[in-house]
Amino acid sequence: MSRAPTAARVVEAGAIRLAFAGAWTLEAGAGLEAAARGVEAAQEDVFDLSALDALDTAGAWIISRAQARAGRAVSVVGARPEHATLLREAVYSATPAAAAPPRNAVSLLADMGESVYSAGLDALGGLDFLGRVVAVGLQAARRPRRWRLISTAFHLESMGLRGAPLILMINFFVGAIVAQQGIVQLARFGASSLTVDLVAILTLRELGVMLTSIMVAGRSGSAITAELGAMNMREELDALRVMALDPMEALVLPRLTALVIALPLLTFLGDLAALTGGMLVAWGWGGVSPHAFWAELQYPIAAQRFISGLLKAPFMALAIGVISSMEGFAVQGSAESLGRRVTAAVVKSIFTVILLDGVFAMFYAAVRF
Amino acid sequence: MSEVPAIRVRGLEVAFGSRKVMAGLDLDLYRGEVLGFVGASGAGKSVLTRSILGLQPRQAGVIEADGRDIDSLAPSERRRVERGWGVLFQQGALFSSLTVRQNVEAPMREHLDISPALRTELAMLKLRLVGLPADAAGKLPSELSGGMIKRAALARALALDPGVVFLDEPTSGLDPISAGGFDELIATLQATLGLTVFMVTHDLDSLYAICDRVAVLGQGKVIAIGTIPELLKSEEPWIREYFHGPRGEGRKAPAARRAV
Repeated sequence: MSRAPTAARVVEAGAIRLAFAGAWTLEAGAGLEAAARGVEAAQEDVFDLSALDALDTAGAWIISRAQARAGRAVSVVGARPEHATLLREAVYSATPAAAAPPRNAVSLLADMGESVYSAGLDALGGLDFLGRVVAVGLQAARRPRRWRLISTAFHLESMGLRGAPLILMINFFVGAIVAQQGIVQLARFGASSLTVDLVAILTLRELGVMLTSIMVAGRSGSAITAELGAMNMREELDALRVMALDPMEALVLPRLTALVIALPLLTFLGDLAALTGGMLVAWGWGGVSPHAFWAELQYPIAAQRFISGLLKAPFMALAIGVISSMEGFAVQGSAESLGRRVTAAVVKSIFTVILLDGVFAMFYAAVRF
Repeated sequence: MSEVPAIRVRGLEVAFGSRKVMAGLDLDLYRGEVLGFVGASGAGKSVLTRSILGLQPRQAGVIEADGRDIDSLAPSERRRVERGWGVLFQQGALFSSLTVRQNVEAPMREHLDISPALRTELAMLKLRLVGLPADAAGKLPSELSGGMIKRAALARALALDPGVVFLDEPTSGLDPISAGGFDELIATLQATLGLTVFMVTHDLDSLYAICDRVAVLGQGKVIAIGTIPELLKSEEPWIREYFHGPRGEGRKAPAARRAV
């Protein structure tokens, strides 16, 4: 066990010196700092290191610092050769204090302004990106060999097929919940028989596509951002560019194509699952037989409801894909930046999906669809 | 030697699937020496380092630190041993979300009971020791050049004034002048702090300049270990090729000069 660092005043033959002893190493932790304060308060002009057990860079720094801050000439004597070398290497120099940025009400306002401004830039950037994707897509369309079919199929599997169980389950439960609430709430008006219409309209027109899009944004959008972001961090995108390959065409286009195909398919499955959930609850809880449920669904405008929901899906897919890819390309060198961008991709995708749904509601109303 | 080695490896076996990378490797690393470690690419130099550090599961073998089997140590004891080790990873492995100074402070923050002010001062000292300018302290690892990343990573490896440092290709990717400076730095630190250095390297200049002994890895074992003059006499084909090949031959003259 090493001895604690100490420094004591010694008077010998008329000479006064500060005798250091023990281990002046980081091992001592707080003890080292306490000893350091003692040394800085000392008045002796001679530091005697001959009794030191051990010294490391921290100890050397502290001795050197005390020497420099003393405001008088302090000589060091009795240092062993290796300690002398260490003292030379770790010689004190003032550490410039890091200037902390001022935080006040003005900077808070500035932050808000900046985030509004950057939100605007984001929207413009999204349009720009969409334009570039379309341009690249059109170019690739003229040369069918440039379509990366294998890559597209791979993403179709991971985004579509592997996502199907989750989408089915979520939609099934939401369909069941809507049916249950419909039976309870509509009973007060004696209109329980309209439950089937409620389930059908709500899920086919709005909920099916929206829930599916939100799940896909969380599941596949985040994956796109993380993949592209990690590739960006490791200079893989730059490697593609110097091979005269456009990352937009090689990476973004297959993912976007797969999303645009997968999302309507998943929405279709989701719609079926929601109707099944609603049907089971209506049957078990509301006493509506599957046969009656089915007959009610044949209502003439049912097909139109169904299509009105499905029509939105490709647009949702496009929004999710564009936002996620953009965020992926914006990842910088740090793990923190990757995390921030993936979060941003999911949040912005979900926000945009809901916004788009609202736009579609207005559009459908205007064209009386 | 009767002295207890800082690190002793006995009968190390590591396999990936059916492929044996380490086949009963023995190695002693003595306190205060600089041991260079060479071997063909893919011979398992990094696997050996990772095995000693406990990052790589092994099928058989004993690893002792200061004569104590590290597997039999209590977790707190084991942490104490590991605190005395500094590691410079080949790619630096700096924390990408922290600035250079925060990277160097990270081990101190976790393991030492010292004030933030002293911690910052010591971090800046370490950065100065490895030759980084003060304005690099506030930068993120992604903003640094390859050489600066190596230096920052070395500063972090030295943050706790470790007794044993593992350096994985410390000078690869550095220009010859920086590499020479790096060698000098390691030699100086070794002399002042009494460091024990385990250095995987292919830099023949480093081997000649600062290594006390050199170990050669082949077929999952140490096929030769000794001082450079001893290895130069070896008849083993790979070692002959390594030291007497076109890239090795040119070193002799400067080595001879240095010896004077």
